[in-house]
Amino acid sequence: MIGEGLSRTDGPLKVSGRARYSAERREMGEPLHGFILGAAIGKGRVVSIDTSRAEAMPGVQLVLTHLNAPPQAEVIPKSDILDVQPQLTTDVIAHYGAPVAFVVADTFEQARAAAALIDIGYEVVAGEFVLDENSAAPEWHDESRLGDLDAAMAAGAATIDAVYATPYHFSQPMELHACIADWRNGHLTLHIAAQMVAQLADAVADTILIDRSCITVDSSFVGGGFGAKIALHAEAILSALATRQLNRPVQLVLTRRQGFTIAGHRPASISRVRLAATREGQLTGIGHDANIQVSPEGNWKEGVATVARALYAAPNRLTRTRHSELDTGVCEPVRGPGEVPGLMVFESALDELAEKLGIDPLELRIRNDTAIDPEKHRPLSGRRLVECLREGAARFGWDQRPKTPASRRDGRWLIGYGVGSSIRGHYQTTAEARVRLDPDGQVIVQTDMTDIGTGTYTIAAQVAAAALGVPVGQVRVELARSNLPRGNGAGGSWGSGNTSVAIDRACQALREKLGRVAGTGYNDLFAEVRRHFPTGIEAVGSTRGMDDEPSYENFSIFTYGATFTEVGVDIMTGETRIRRMLGVFSAGRILNAKTARSQLLGGMIWGISAALHEAAHVDPRNGAWVNGDFAEYLVPTHADVPQIEAIALDDFDGAANHLGSKGIGELGSGGTAGSVANAVYNATGVRVRDFPITISKLLPGLPKI
Amino acid sequence: MKSFTYERANTAAEAVAAVAAMPGAKFIAGGTNLLDLMKLGIEAPVHLVDINRLGLDAIEPTEAGGLRIGAMVRNTDLAADARVRRDYAVLSRALLAGASGQLRNKATTGGNLLQRTRCAYFYNTDMPCNKRSPGSGCAAVGGLSHNHAVMGVSDACIATHPSDMAVALRALDATVEVISAKGSMRMIPIADFHRLPGDTPHLETNLQANEMVTAVILPRPVGGTHIYRKVRERASYAFANIAVAMIVREGKAARLALGGVAHKPWRVEAAEDAPAEGIADIVLAGARPTADNAYKLDLTRRTIAACLGDAS
Repeated sequence: MIGEGLSRTDGPLKVSGRARYSAERREMGEPLHGFILGAAIGKGRVVSIDTSRAEAMPGVQLVLTHLNAPPQAEVIPKSDILDVQPQLTTDVIAHYGAPVAFVVADTFEQARAAAALIDIGYEVVAGEFVLDENSAAPEWHDESRLGDLDAAMAAGAATIDAVYATPYHFSQPMELHACIADWRNGHLTLHIAAQMVAQLADAVADTILIDRSCITVDSSFVGGGFGAKIALHAEAILSALATRQLNRPVQLVLTRRQGFTIAGHRPASISRVRLAATREGQLTGIGHDANIQVSPEGNWKEGVATVARALYAAPNRLTRTRHSELDTGVCEPVRGPGEVPGLMVFESALDELAEKLGIDPLELRIRNDTAIDPEKHRPLSGRRLVECLREGAARFGWDQRPKTPASRRDGRWLIGYGVGSSIRGHYQTTAEARVRLDPDGQVIVQTDMTDIGTGTYTIAAQVAAAALGVPVGQVRVELARSNLPRGNGAGGSWGSGNTSVAIDRACQALREKLGRVAGTGYNDLFAEVRRHFPTGIEAVGSTRGMDDEPSYENFSIFTYGATFTEVGVDIMTGETRIRRMLGVFSAGRILNAKTARSQLLGGMIWGISAALHEAAHVDPRNGAWVNGDFAEYLVPTHADVPQIEAIALDDFDGAANHLGSKGIGELGSGGTAGSVANAVYNATGVRVRDFPITISKLLPGLPKI
Repeated sequence: MKSFTYERANTAAEAVAAVAAMPGAKFIAGGTNLLDLMKLGIEAPVHLVDINRLGLDAIEPTEAGGLRIGAMVRNTDLAADARVRRDYAVLSRALLAGASGQLRNKATTGGNLLQRTRCAYFYNTDMPCNKRSPGSGCAAVGGLSHNHAVMGVSDACIATHPSDMAVALRALDATVEVISAKGSMRMIPIADFHRLPGDTPHLETNLQANEMVTAVILPRPVGGTHIYRKVRERASYAFANIAVAMIVREGKAARLALGGVAHKPWRVEAAEDAPAEGIADIVLAGARPTADNAYKLDLTRRTIAACLGDAS
């Protein structure tokens, strides 16, 4: 039952519109509507603000600015993404689009129209908006050094020393950031699109200075998260402040454009990758220096330089990061944090090395496999990278790869193949789940884990059904409310692992409780429940944080993958199109083959996007996001994703947990992006080191006409 | 969004009269561009006159042997019309290269001609734009201009016209039929319909106040091989880096118009029927690219060559 490709149990609700997303909830009655006015400058101060015209507009109920916003917690500079996030408490503008006023009116249109009539005087301060070699502070951070990389570079039979750039990315889930806040009888309920409800409830309570017991967060249905719905943003705080002041529910939905200024981004990065190898293709040195944008407002650091620490063997290693503090806004986790930019560039560099050595890039990866974590010197559990590479190569027909770049044509298309390896750490955090057996024959699973489109409702039911030996249809799953047993939500690819283990343990505890009074020979679970526990029986299962799990000390626990891509590049126009793609992954035991495949495919498409399409551009004059909508911020359309397939190897990683399951949400993306870049090189002989790979970057290297 | 009033017109004469009666009124057809701009506060009509029920939705043969396309014919229907596909394939192909299926179902022939630029600075109301706010300056000059115009630009504006359809119409020598507020009709050759920016980039067409497009007239078919080549970063729903509409006859580019390079569909008659190797030089004479969009010159050269290659 675990692993079966069961269709989503919440699928019928979703396709029939009965699943109510946050902004569709109406049990509190018709809410008022809010609109945030964002700063029109990139850095500076509000020197004057006149809200009188806005306040006089029809339907307007409230206008908040830094002059009248209710007291909140002190701002924490360089805050964690789930620290307090006070709103409108200062005249200082730290980035373009940061909230400067909030209007609540009877309708959304009224609120937006009124916001446009707020007159603001700014004092503009020169900001830093450009990431380049000069923007980084000199200090190195997060350094890991083994052996002597410089010596390895000097002695290497072949070396690569190349600089790569990756742009800003935004998660931009299809469902906009949305919250309905409802203050009623001294209790605040937030219906909000969130990935981690308990942590969000803590942060909201601390921000607006109410007791934690006075808040409930509900994220029953979330239309995609990709990291963007982990952090606490203005929509939660401003709607909460307004409902408390007005005693009416307040809905606040960020516009798509505000998703670029009020939610955070993946920072841009500049990487210098150094590789040294013997003539036979044994890596002797691995170096990755990253220069990443960081924000004075938040402390999220993209782990660009760290992705190869356990990927390949090499005795001499140096990976480290410098910080460019820019005024381009807050950095947040975006799907594939670290891996997307990091693996995209590292796997490109490895491809460059293979070319120099004259070794097949697949073979080069296989030759540098390692069973031991090269930096932590402990076994890599479930290390099956080579199997992913070999299985993928066989299925894809890698032996048909053009051996020489720019050597294969199909009409006007230059054809190329590329491979990229993926690796992603598996994490475990504390989590709890409660399972209840009702005497009427229903199993009720409760945890605050969210289902952000990933399939939690379904796999939670599968795990409980398997553990209790009941049909899935007998299990009711209740998720994503902060008054349910606490976990760590959906994020970091840990949600399904945590949740499943906690549910399974709760079920085992139930069986033990029942066994003590009913023995083990019973045939009818619920008959025994009715006989011995006429009001029902429940138990709680939990996971510990990985720091408290010996297995996570004894092993380095990762997931692995290999993506194979065939691209065509138009020899005349430089347009790149994916022709086919295959990913093979090793990620422990798969909990649901259907939802897992869906996640892996989604991750691979995310990788296509990073390699070919996605980039948010900052205007260097004022820090504004120039292409802040879906017409200009390109992600793949259906037509850009032809035949792709994802395969998960049969696997079980007992080092991760007793179910053998590991996370898959991020895994598909990073190596896939690298495989696309490498396929473009194989097709054209042009190596673009500034992502994404676009027409204007390829054209100069294509054959002259 | 500013509050506005709304009425539905039943005849073309009624529609133009209604718009003329109220300063600040606008026509609305498919609304695929206007509504977006209203939400962003870039367009703020006080009154909308809905022209979706005027009829004007037929594609009919003309006495001259061409086609008369009603202004309300949806892009999807126009692209699918058997006569258009047979005799004016460049138009069908251009339409299908634009927007998405859903948008094409709503978008009209007249509205497509009148859509406004997708320049990111036109869309960002925090920044100056001479189109949005005449005299305020152009943020694209000195800003990010990767997809801006390289031909016919001015210091006041370097925006492009986003339409694919209009590029094909330009290659086909279409004529735009319009009705004035007084009910009189006049014909505007497509070449004169759109304007270059000059120092008045807010004036995008030569329509007079309160005039409304009622039809687009195609002349007799010109035969030849019809090509519409839209070059773009992704396979669907992306504006052109550049686009080439070409009708090839006897190995020569008998008609040639470009999209994505100028403030209007950019036809270069002087290059038509020129020897293949000389076409691009003629087309690109006078180009004024920015550092960001200089690649469009090479891209234009290459795409023209690709089109000629496809036709041979």
